[in-house]
Amino acid sequence: MSAPNKSYDPVEVSSLQPDELDQARDEALAAIAAAGSLEALKETRLAHTGDRSPLALANREIGALPPAARAEAGKRIGAARGAVAQALKTRQAELEEERDQRVLVEEAVDVTLPWDRAPRGARHPLTTMQERMADVFLSMGFEIAEGPEIEAEWFNFDALNFKPDHPARTMQDTFFVESEDTGVVLRTHTSPVQARALLSRELPVYVVALGKTFRTDELDATHTPVFHQMEGLAVDEGLTMADLKGAIDAFVTGLFGGHLPVRLRPSYFPFTEPSAEVDMQCFVCRGASIELGAEPCRTCGSEGWIEIGGCGMVNPRVLTAAGVDPERYSGWAFGLGVERTLMFRHGVKDMHDMVEGDIRFTLPFGMEI
Amino acid sequence: MRVPLSWLREYVDLPAGLTGRELAAELIAAGLEVETVDAAGADLTGPLVIGKVLAIEELTEFKKPIRWCQVDVGNPEPQNLICGARNFGVGDVVAVVLPGAVLPGGFAVGARQTYGKLSEGMICSMREMGIGDDHDGILVLPADTPIGADAIELLGLRDDVLDIAVTPDRGYCLSIRGVAREAAIAYGLPFRDPAAVELPADGAESYPAAIADPAACDRFVLREVRGLDPAAKTPLWMQVRLHRAGMRPVSLAVDVTNYLMLELGQPLHAFDRTKLTGPIVVRRAAPGEQLETLDHVKRALDPEDILITDDSGAISMAGTMGGLTTEIDGSSTDMVIEAAHFDEIGIARMVRRHRLHSEASYRFERGVDRELPLQASYRAVRLLAELGGAQVVPGLTHAQAPVPPVTVAIRADHPDRVAGVAYGRETVLKRLSEVGCAVRGEDVLIVTPPSWRPDLTDPNDLAEEVIRLEGYDNIPVRRPRSVAGRGLTPGQRLRRRTGRALAGAGYVEVLNYPFVSERDWDALQLPADDARRGALRLANPLSDDEPLLRTTLLPGLFRAAVRNIGRGSADLALFETGLVYRPRPGAPSRSPRLGVDRRPTAAELATIEAALPDQPYRVAVVLTGDREPAGWWGPSRPAGWADAVEAARTVAREASAEVTVTADQHAPWHPGRCAALHVGDTLLGHAGELHPRVIQAYGLPPRTCAMELELSRLDPGFTVQAGHLSTYPVATRDVALIVDAPVAAASVEAALRAGAGDLLESIRLFDVYTGEQVGEGRKSLAYALRFRAPDRTLTAEETTASRDAAVAEATRRTGAALRA
Ligand SMILES: [Zn+2]
Repeated sequence: MSAPNKSYDPVEVSSLQPDELDQARDEALAAIAAAGSLEALKETRLAHTGDRSPLALANREIGALPPAARAEAGKRIGAARGAVAQALKTRQAELEEERDQRVLVEEAVDVTLPWDRAPRGARHPLTTMQERMADVFLSMGFEIAEGPEIEAEWFNFDALNFKPDHPARTMQDTFFVESEDTGVVLRTHTSPVQARALLSRELPVYVVALGKTFRTDELDATHTPVFHQMEGLAVDEGLTMADLKGAIDAFVTGLFGGHLPVRLRPSYFPFTEPSAEVDMQCFVCRGASIELGAEPCRTCGSEGWIEIGGCGMVNPRVLTAAGVDPERYSGWAFGLGVERTLMFRHGVKDMHDMVEGDIRFTLPFGMEI
Repeated sequence: MRVPLSWLREYVDLPAGLTGRELAAELIAAGLEVETVDAAGADLTGPLVIGKVLAIEELTEFKKPIRWCQVDVGNPEPQNLICGARNFGVGDVVAVVLPGAVLPGGFAVGARQTYGKLSEGMICSMREMGIGDDHDGILVLPADTPIGADAIELLGLRDDVLDIAVTPDRGYCLSIRGVAREAAIAYGLPFRDPAAVELPADGAESYPAAIADPAACDRFVLREVRGLDPAAKTPLWMQVRLHRAGMRPVSLAVDVTNYLMLELGQPLHAFDRTKLTGPIVVRRAAPGEQLETLDHVKRALDPEDILITDDSGAISMAGTMGGLTTEIDGSSTDMVIEAAHFDEIGIARMVRRHRLHSEASYRFERGVDRELPLQASYRAVRLLAELGGAQVVPGLTHAQAPVPPVTVAIRADHPDRVAGVAYGRETVLKRLSEVGCAVRGEDVLIVTPPSWRPDLTDPNDLAEEVIRLEGYDNIPVRRPRSVAGRGLTPGQRLRRRTGRALAGAGYVEVLNYPFVSERDWDALQLPADDARRGALRLANPLSDDEPLLRTTLLPGLFRAAVRNIGRGSADLALFETGLVYRPRPGAPSRSPRLGVDRRPTAAELATIEAALPDQPYRVAVVLTGDREPAGWWGPSRPAGWADAVEAARTVAREASAEVTVTADQHAPWHPGRCAALHVGDTLLGHAGELHPRVIQAYGLPPRTCAMELELSRLDPGFTVQAGHLSTYPVATRDVALIVDAPVAAASVEAALRAGAGDLLESIRLFDVYTGEQVGEGRKSLAYALRFRAPDRTLTAEETTASRDAAVAEATRRTGAALRA
């Protein structure tokens, strides 16, 4: 680069003539405007603003001007260079925009193409229903108690006040293991966990038991030899049927939402006394279907109520067999069938669907219920 | 128990317009499980009237004989009727349905042209009127039935019948007597007891009888009738009631005993007196004794069976079924009527032993009123006298064993404390009296339950009576007290996560029955000494094909896979979690039945548990078809052994455990494609591709893969500790090692890890190559190693040194050579 304060070069100085400068500027502007692509604009930039471009050369020679002329020449050249630079920037933006538009259009895909590449899984609704039920009890501070599926008769019957040879015992259609007198059965209900919990835990006891149970019913639309039960148990000082009703209310609200009335009907279970069947108001028709001329309700069969399970105050004999003083403690138990609940809560029509393992049944239920 | 409303009305004056449904609602609230209310005859509309046959003309020109009848139905002109039945004659009184009527079942009756005549209605059979099954002929009524009267009213063609599922504690409700008592209490009305009959003075002893075993029978009553007219018919009203209650009329003597059983709840048995030999004795069976029962089955008797016997041997299984030799028949005239009270448990056992269920045994098992035999037997002989012209032989035989009276002491406020309601003493007394209890005492009540309520033995039984009659609806709702629970246990949480992780990995959960068969063991190619063959067996399996309890989850999964494939779902990833049952070697064969009057000792509880099998919790998967389907992205990826192994890792990760995989040979897997899965030294299970013979045996698609592991063996109680995150740059080195083909990649990786030292952050196998370039019987394993130091940027020299150390260790352990 030539340094300032050198001798004046008349050739160079002549290139600073205003009309020549304007011409150089105009040529540059025209070329910029004509650049049809980013590549062309790059060449144009080089030609008109590069080191060998007239404007750059002019700028470089400002220092060779007499000091009096420098300011004005500098101002004119600066203006010309500014205009060219602005035009370049604008055109660059325009061309980039054009390119983006084009490329983004070219890169467009059919986003409606299916992507079923990763296999879908699901948990069985009987599993998630049990978890859901357990969660309602867990939220009340209960814990989950467990027991074996192959169970001692003492736990399954005797400790629960099923007297030997009482019809209640034979009503349960028991699977016997190895022979009828080994004292070992497939548990017919989750209630043996009551006795196990009372024997193994500190009082008070607030537990829920869930799991597989077995009875010798052939599989049909409404029966299955292997089914699931849920059973809540509370043993504490001063518990009454009013507490039982409160717990059932809380459970029904937790599982069905809303505030559905619950009613108890006297019934009989050896391990509770008093005992009751539990109905809740139909969560679909809310009892309206029983009115004359009302829309029939498939969920409750237009009964207005749905039988959900059984309950009662823990029979003091059960407490005694588990070493709990019935004079001091009382308790309640509330149990229901998980399959039945799934059937009416989710419109399952046939027990076969729940036991056959057809993935078309299970997939829609996903991870939680 | 089917209970006609009209029958109840005989013993309680229920409101006139009361419907069966209204009554059912009240009885349900009082604890009777009314399952249905049949409105019998509700769809019946008249005119249906009583008529007298005036004339019969036999029409013979048709395929079957037809009668053309003129019947006086109380109108000026007789009714012209065509009738196909032949069991009546001129002068008989019959029921005639007239045009415009609708019979039960919706059968509309009109005047119609038939057999060349205009029939103005028809003469009815019992079945057509819905009061019987008899359709052999029309119903001929007693001659004194008023002509022209409305038959619907007169014959009781309309009635509501409540079908009650009686719970085992309420044996007394297996009778009109018991249900009427409940209905009377429900409506606060007086109850007329059908058993309250004036008994004549005992007089002479009737047919001789004795109780040999007072534990089997504590009351045995016999009464006699003579000269019953064998042709005597059961009156229509009794036939209708029996029909409504679901029993078939048989003969007058049988019908009377059935009728009284339904009305009173006391089973009765009638012997043909002429077929008895010598005195009757109630005793247990002798060894080898036999009896042919009324159902023509010869039964080998058990020494525990309770029998009615005479000199000829057994003549009846007590309270269960009579014997054939002393059965009353169409010519029996002299009868001995038995009414007894048998031991509930004795009857229950006999029923189960012989699988012999009868209406009588059903009641005895549930408890019959011990005070009924005298009354019931008296009513039986009276009815046979009234309806069958029999003479009642004065006197009776009454054998009995003493039974101590039952009293229950309860605090007067006990029901209040059970229900959480302040009933007060007066209410408690009133309700207990209503159900028939005798009550005395002040703060502590001494309650004597009535003879028909053997179920009332405990204070809570009495509390329930008070509470149910006061209404469960009137118990308040108390909000649950808050309890400090500890939430799920680590094991419970692990089980939930396992299911979620597998479902998240694309597996669908199935819940299979745990029933398997011996054939499964062969299909699984289990060796003869495989522990899984030692399965427990059900004494009473639903299907003899599957009597065993699973020791592995796999057979159920395989069957579920085959079922799905059969329904068109071929690409499957299924999982199941659940218990398997592994008997403990040397376990006792019986679990003792301890008493229940106290807490068992720890030693006693241990003896109970000892007979139970181990019941570990397992998880298993099966994979068939494609793991990823073909699509516009490219070809499919078939499910393979590696997916099965990965399923195990997926599960183990939920327990924060790293699975060590080693090659193994274990049925039912392919011996060259089976991985043993360990965590530390603990064997979790196996995974891989199934043995081709297993695949064939179950009808699975080729290359089906499976995994099974024992979740119980994973430690759920872990706490993850956060690691230190170095922010210094990572340095990477790739190495390709050539090893002999049988060398396990896992052992090469382990050697690399061990050799690389602490600077190694991660290692990943990214390629496996076999082919010419590495030579026959060799393979190349390419690993990406990442190094990082916690406190500095590694120099190239440090990184290379670590890599070299890693390779050197791999060479030392596995003979690996760095690939050129
Ligand atoms: Zn509804």
